[in-house]
Amino acid sequence: MSDAPEPAPKPETIARYVDEVAPLLGLTIPAECREGVARNLAILFAAGVLIRDFPVGGAETAPVFEP
Amino acid sequence: MSRLDAIGMAEEVRGRRVTARDLVAATLERIRARDGELNCFTAVVAEGALREAEAVDADIGAGKVVGPLAGVPFAVKNLFDVAGLTTLAGSRINAERPRAAKDATVVARLRGAGAVLVGALNMDEYAFGFTTENTHYGPTHNPHDPARVAGGSSGGSGAAVGAGLVPFALGSDTNGSIRVPAALCGIFGLKPTYGRLSRAGTALFGISFDHVGPLATSARDLAVTYDVMQGPDAADPVCAGRNGEPCLPRLADGTGGLRLAVADGHFAAGGEPEVFAAVERVAKALGVTRRVTVPEAHRARAAAMIITASEGASLHRDDLKRRPMDFDPLTRDRFLAGALVPGALYVQAQRFRAWYRERVREIFQSVDVLLTPTTPCPAPKIGQETMTLAGVTVPTRPNLGLYTQPLSFIGLPVISVPVADAGPLPLGVQLVAAPWNEAALFRVAAALEREGVVAARIAG
Repeated sequence: MSDAPEPAPKPETIARYVDEVAPLLGLTIPAECREGVARNLAILFAAGVLIRDFPVGGAETAPVFEP
Repeated sequence: MSRLDAIGMAEEVRGRRVTARDLVAATLERIRARDGELNCFTAVVAEGALREAEAVDADIGAGKVVGPLAGVPFAVKNLFDVAGLTTLAGSRINAERPRAAKDATVVARLRGAGAVLVGALNMDEYAFGFTTENTHYGPTHNPHDPARVAGGSSGGSGAAVGAGLVPFALGSDTNGSIRVPAALCGIFGLKPTYGRLSRAGTALFGISFDHVGPLATSARDLAVTYDVMQGPDAADPVCAGRNGEPCLPRLADGTGGLRLAVADGHFAAGGEPEVFAAVERVAKALGVTRRVTVPEAHRARAAAMIITASEGASLHRDDLKRRPMDFDPLTRDRFLAGALVPGALYVQAQRFRAWYRERVREIFQSVDVLLTPTTPCPAPKIGQETMTLAGVTVPTRPNLGLYTQPLSFIGLPVISVPVADAGPLPLGVQLVAAPWNEAALFRVAAALEREGVVAARIAG
C-alpha cells in the first residue's frame, strides 16, 4: 500500500454530508455548531483515509462468545 | 507529612506516630489553601473523610488488622461513582442526575484497604480531551506553572497529586488520559492492561479503550494501589476473570533478564527535542541500545480517533439529540461529528485494530518493555490553540496524545514515569509491555527510581 496520502473529502462535501445525514440519524445540528461539526468530521474522514483501504487481511473483530 | 508517599503515610498511621484524623485534616487544609489556585477539586467530602479517618484510628486503637492504605487520603476523577455524590463526568448534564448509591468497584476496594476518600476531581467533559480545560467547571492549572494545562482528561488527578494535595488519585485513560497528566504534572501514572481493573461504576467514554488506573508520587504507591484494585468483577463485562498478580513484591526484582528497546519511527518523530532527550536518558540508564519500529502507529492513532469519536457519540446520543447546547463547547462539535461517522469506517478501524494488535504482539515476542515519550512537549499554556512541534504548527489539544493513543488502542499496559531534572517543566517517558505484563513495567520503573533517573516532582 502506498503511503502517498489520498485526498480527503473537500470541505463543501463534508458540509453537505452533515446537512443530509444528520436528519437521517435523528440529529439536529444547531446552526452555530454546523461549521465546527463539519471541521471535526473532516478530521475524522482524513483519519479514515489512512485506514479505509489499508490491507488488514482477514482481521476479525467479532468478539468470542463465552457463556 | 505531606511529603510522604502513601505507603509512608500508612506506616506512620499504623505506627501511631500520627492519627489518620490528623493526616486527613492536614490534607483538607492543604486543599482549602491551594485548590482555589489550581482548581483540581469539584467536590470535597470533608465531613465524611474525617469520619472515615476516625474509624481507622479506632480500629488501630482496638488492635484490629488494618489495610495497607490505612488512613491515606486520596481523591478520584469525577467520573467514578462515589456514594452520596453525583457523578459529573465533567459535564453540566450529569449534574442533574441523582447521587450515586454506591462506590465504583475500585473506589470500594481502595476504601476497603483503609484509604480515605477526600473528594472528586476535575476532568475534560466526558473524558473527551487532553487538557482539562473544562468550560463548566473551569480549567485545572498545572501545579508547576499555573498558566499551563495539567493535561487531561484526568487533569484534576494529575494536578492534585503533582501539587502534593493527595498522595495518589484515580484517573481513567481512553487515549492517554492518565499518562498525559501524569507526565505534564511530574508524577507516575499507570494505565493497566485493558480489562485488568474493573470499570464498574465509572462513566464510560470509548468502550473499546476505557481503562482506569492510579496516579501517584512513587513506583511503590502506584504498585500498592494497583494491587489493591486488582481482581475479577462480575459487574464489569470487560474485567478479566484473572486473579490479582501483585506487583508490589516485584519492585525489588530489578531489570535483569528483561529485554528492553526504544521505539523509533512514529515514536521518535514529531516531538520537541527534550522529549527524545528524556527517552535517551532513561535508555542510557538502562543500558538500552536496541531500537524497534512499531509498524503503522500513525494509522493506529487515526483509527483510535475514529473509534473514540464514534463510541463516545453513541454513549451520549440521547443528549446530543435533545440538548446539544448543554455540552461543553470544547466537546460538543466533536461529539456531534462522531455521531455522523459511517459505520463502515468504524468497522474498518476495528479491523485495523485487530491487524495492528497482531503486529505488536510479534514485537513482544522478543521485547519485554518498550520506551517511548509520553507527550510530544511539556505542558502547553491554558487556552493555547496551536503549538509548534518539530517545526510544524499543529492544534494543541489532540496532539498531546500523539504517543499515547497508538498504545491504549490495543490495551497495552503502560506506566508513564517522571524523568528527573527533565527541564523547567516535567516530562514523562512511557514504559510499555505486552498485555498482562505489568510486573515488568514496575520492575523497570522501580529500578529507574532507585537510580534517581525518574522521580516525582511535587510543586508547592
